[in-house]
Amino acid sequence: MIDRIRKILKDHGRLSKDAAVYPEDGDLYQAGMTSHASVNVMLALEGEFDIEFPDHMLKRSVFESMAAMRDAIAQLTGDKA
Amino acid sequence: MTVGARSVSVGIDLVQLSRVEESLATFGDRFLRRIFTEGEIAYATATPSLTAARLAARLAAKEATIKALDLAERGVGWREIEVTRRPSGAPALLLHGNALAAAEEAGAPALSISLSHEGDYATAVVISLSKENS
Repeated sequence: MIDRIRKILKDHGRLSKDAAVYPEDGDLYQAGMTSHASVNVMLALEGEFDIEFPDHMLKRSVFESMAAMRDAIAQLTGDKA
Repeated sequence: MTVGARSVSVGIDLVQLSRVEESLATFGDRFLRRIFTEGEIAYATATPSLTAARLAARLAAKEATIKALDLAERGVGWREIEVTRRPSGAPALLLHGNALAAAEEAGAPALSISLSHEGDYATAVVISLSKENS
């Protein structure tokens, strides 16, 4: 799942770092992800994994790192992804 | 900071119009419907030449409100923070759902908003002023 998240971050995250090698638990906001970019990442993740993030999951911490996104997606998909 | 017995907090955000146009091109209607209310979409799309600027300013306003009210970890939907317009044309904030609940828990502060755009950028500033003795 992390590889799919890395691809989305590469396409939509506008990071100043290389998403392909950025640490899974690295802070993406520190790597340059803006609030608008995080919206695009959210929409891309929803399309990629056929999910919809409910409002209560729209927290900064959910999109702060690849690991946090992976955990949130796993929660929404029941780990089927 | 505090002013007399009232506490003040501020939020600001800056959004690039060309990035909003990219989001519209990439995600289309889904970008509009997930982030903006019907009223915001109607106002923004009423004047096509200003659509990107109006959407960018409203996106900035939502983020500025999240900062001013410290909602980043609250789990608030983007559509729960709405920019409306007063009869004068000046913008105002209307909160719904969890955003409204959070503001009420914080003592229902008065919110003031200002929007601006120039060139490829739009910005919003939100000031939250608590009630006396809250």
